[in-house]
Amino acid sequence: MASKYININLKIWRQKNANSKGEMKTYKLDQVSTDSSFLEMLDQLNEQLINNREEPVAFDHDCREGICGMCSLYINGRAHGPDNAITTCQLHMRKFKDGDTIYVEPWRAKAFPVIKDLVVDRSAFDRIQQAGGFVSVNTSGRTMDANAIPIAKIDADKAFEAAICIGCGACVASCKNASAMLFVSAKVSQLALLPQGKVEAKERVMNMVRQMDEEGFGNCTNTGACSVECPKEISLDNIARMNREYMKAMVTAE
Amino acid sequence: MSVLDSKIPEGHISQKWTDYKNHLKLVAPNNRPKIDVIVVGTGLAGASAAASLGEMGYNVKAFCFQDSPRRAHSIAAQGGINAAKNYQNDGDSIFRLFYDTIKGGDYRAREANVHRLAEVSGNIIDQCVAQGVPFAREYGGLLDNRSFGGTQVQRTFYAAGQTGQQLLLGAYSAISRQIGLGRVKMYNRHEMLDIVKVDGKARGIIARNLITGAIERHSGHAVIIATGGYGNVYFLSTNAMGSNVTAAWKIHKQGAYFANPCYVQIHPTCIPVHGTNQSKLTLMSESLRNSGRIWVPKKKEDAEAIRAGKMKPTQIAEEDRDYYLERRYPAFGNLVPRDVASRAAKERCDAGFGIEANDTNEGVYLDFSSEIKSKGKQAAYAQGIHNATEEQIIALGKKWVEEKYGNLFQMYEKITDENPYELPMKIYPAVHYTMGGVWVDYNLQSTIPGCFVAGEANFSDHGANRLGASALMQGLADGYFVLPYTVSDYLANEIRTGQIPTNTPEFDEAEKRVKDTINQFLNNNGSRSVDHFHKKLGLIMWNKVGMGRNEQGLKEAIAEIDQLRAEFYKDVYVPGSADELNPELEKALRVADFMELGQLMAMDALQRKESCGGHFREEYQDAEGETLRDDENFKFVGAWEYKGSDINQSQLHKEELNYEFIKIAARNYK
Repeated sequence: MASKYININLKIWRQKNANSKGEMKTYKLDQVSTDSSFLEMLDQLNEQLINNREEPVAFDHDCREGICGMCSLYINGRAHGPDNAITTCQLHMRKFKDGDTIYVEPWRAKAFPVIKDLVVDRSAFDRIQQAGGFVSVNTSGRTMDANAIPIAKIDADKAFEAAICIGCGACVASCKNASAMLFVSAKVSQLALLPQGKVEAKERVMNMVRQMDEEGFGNCTNTGACSVECPKEISLDNIARMNREYMKAMVTAE
Repeated sequence: MSVLDSKIPEGHISQKWTDYKNHLKLVAPNNRPKIDVIVVGTGLAGASAAASLGEMGYNVKAFCFQDSPRRAHSIAAQGGINAAKNYQNDGDSIFRLFYDTIKGGDYRAREANVHRLAEVSGNIIDQCVAQGVPFAREYGGLLDNRSFGGTQVQRTFYAAGQTGQQLLLGAYSAISRQIGLGRVKMYNRHEMLDIVKVDGKARGIIARNLITGAIERHSGHAVIIATGGYGNVYFLSTNAMGSNVTAAWKIHKQGAYFANPCYVQIHPTCIPVHGTNQSKLTLMSESLRNSGRIWVPKKKEDAEAIRAGKMKPTQIAEEDRDYYLERRYPAFGNLVPRDVASRAAKERCDAGFGIEANDTNEGVYLDFSSEIKSKGKQAAYAQGIHNATEEQIIALGKKWVEEKYGNLFQMYEKITDENPYELPMKIYPAVHYTMGGVWVDYNLQSTIPGCFVAGEANFSDHGANRLGASALMQGLADGYFVLPYTVSDYLANEIRTGQIPTNTPEFDEAEKRVKDTINQFLNNNGSRSVDHFHKKLGLIMWNKVGMGRNEQGLKEAIAEIDQLRAEFYKDVYVPGSADELNPELEKALRVADFMELGQLMAMDALQRKESCGGHFREEYQDAEGETLRDDENFKFVGAWEYKGSDINQSQLHKEELNYEFIKIAARNYK
């Protein structure tokens, strides 16, 4: 593909730290290759800012191949920008036109406070996992043979499709209630679908949901924006499955 | 007698680890809570080590620079994890995995370590399945396997193209459980910037809280470094942007030897470079070589027409395609090891047959059309369609490919804007993995007592070339099944030590070193960004310490890096302050270490006057362009001792490698 170059205007959320007030600031950036990723475009902006002795824009990123879940960004009103099934690092500038104005904001949710500029604190997700997102099995090398329990391919595949959640938080950011149901249900589903996870299924769903509520995430109203904007296309079926698991645990509680 | 004692136990290779383990010292459960262990890095090796030590009852403090341990770059590993389960009944065994790994490493790894790795490989799969890792399964409900390069059996377990993600999330669930139970204390967004030694032993670290900028002191009775590899010394690599050598390099500067820095794996199947603002390269999993055939045009004029956009690869007739791996290596074909496949791609592109329209014309095809047809035929037959049309076959074949590799194909399309179901993928080698690393003995202990190194950060198991699907295996082997034993053996002598205070001169001194460096950068007020220097370093490394190396180029590289380093300190500009989130400062501190390491890599490549694995010295090749090892003079691990800021003064120590159980031979994949 022959690359083209475009000139763009950027409106970016700048905020010194968690305690200060933020604002949208305007930047002009020329000669952006359409082959660049969105984050490479931000690198280019930062290079320009550094050369002008201005403070570069802070944003989270790491693997730049759509799997670590570190990058975020609300771009033109959409989590991970104007494309489906991608993270921001997989968004390319060929999705924009010469002269476009692009709005870049951090995730907006009470449970994800801004740390600086576009960087937010997603440690609430970690705490939900710590409350129950695991099978309580110690390291031993003496568990049973991996093939001792056959698992129907369809269940293994469904568990995998839930397990590919990257924990980026786009679901929360896209939800009008800032609900974390899609994220939590993905882990609950993965383990509920596998025999290894069934033993602690009740405690898991109760504990994870309790922690989710304590973190200040909103409630689910079945709008489905989360799944639409999810870079890994995690299905709403997982929320339904989690609700069933939760009901089951409530009804059969000791 | 070398100063390096590998501590390899006596006995037959198949009994060494068992016997040794049976005689290691233990720490009783009531004493473990009195002992603090620091783990730096939370990828497969770090998270599994932290979780296991936490489960045992030690007080573990774990550190990562990302916002969560789940982000570590192990997550990006795609293809799979090897284990000698022999579920496919195709002749696999612990010995075969051991043999393949030693041979794959071009006879430059330790027999005893590699055999241990093969021994515990099966336990890893059992452990992961018990944790709920959703590996790919057959319709009968049992685990599926596939092949990887350098082997003739199917021993690779996988979860679509996201095996690393699933394994890391398994280890993350294990460490999360321990964090929830209070046995592991997690420090996210913290970067280790130095090690603290007391009476010669590792006793703590200095870390920077990346959000507040606070410089923190943390003490422990042992320190485990599991911070991954140093591929980002090349600027462009498949590593994550934050992957760095700082923790490993800081312990090197405090006395840990750094082994075989010149052994770098250039992965054959990555998406080619596209432009000057590019920040990283993306891997296309080696598993694709199970189904894809690699080729370039046979005729130069066809290659030129493709580069000029006048011709499409699909227009080139079968007889005009050069499937050069199948031609040169019929026994292994497209599944030769990575170093071999990478060099073969470079050879074709250097000869003018490259197909990518970038500055260097560097690119070859990875073509799935044959596989789409053959799998489509099989699928049609299985569905009872015995006279399937061409379209039906192709549609079914594409469906098969999508199920196996869907996420990789999607990734490729997003980056290149081309549909790999219709056109062959364009690929080219890129820096991927570093076999070299901190020198460790059989216990995974560095030359600093109490400082252990695991996973990619150590040099231990892959010799001069790592086989595909072996990195995940090594990371988890080290963390789950080796360190819990060897670290306990070390800690058995620490039960009377008591908590280690941090208000001592040793901590003062280490903290001062860190603060001085930070202030130096922030007050430098130069004119160029950190990336400016990092890109320059990367170009020197790629051109002169990359896929092909020679004496003259290496000597030039050493001098150029020396000069670049001086310019960097003179002219780098780091904005912002020390007491806030400051990504530019983080980068500056990392690039400073890359500069020193890059020079050492070139020195190591210069002293190693042979070609082996990923280290290809152009002077040492046979008539067909294959590597020429020199076992008489170079069958050793080259471990460097730091001798001050002039890297040229670093001193080489040699650990001779002995092959008792494998007959050392020329590596042949023909």
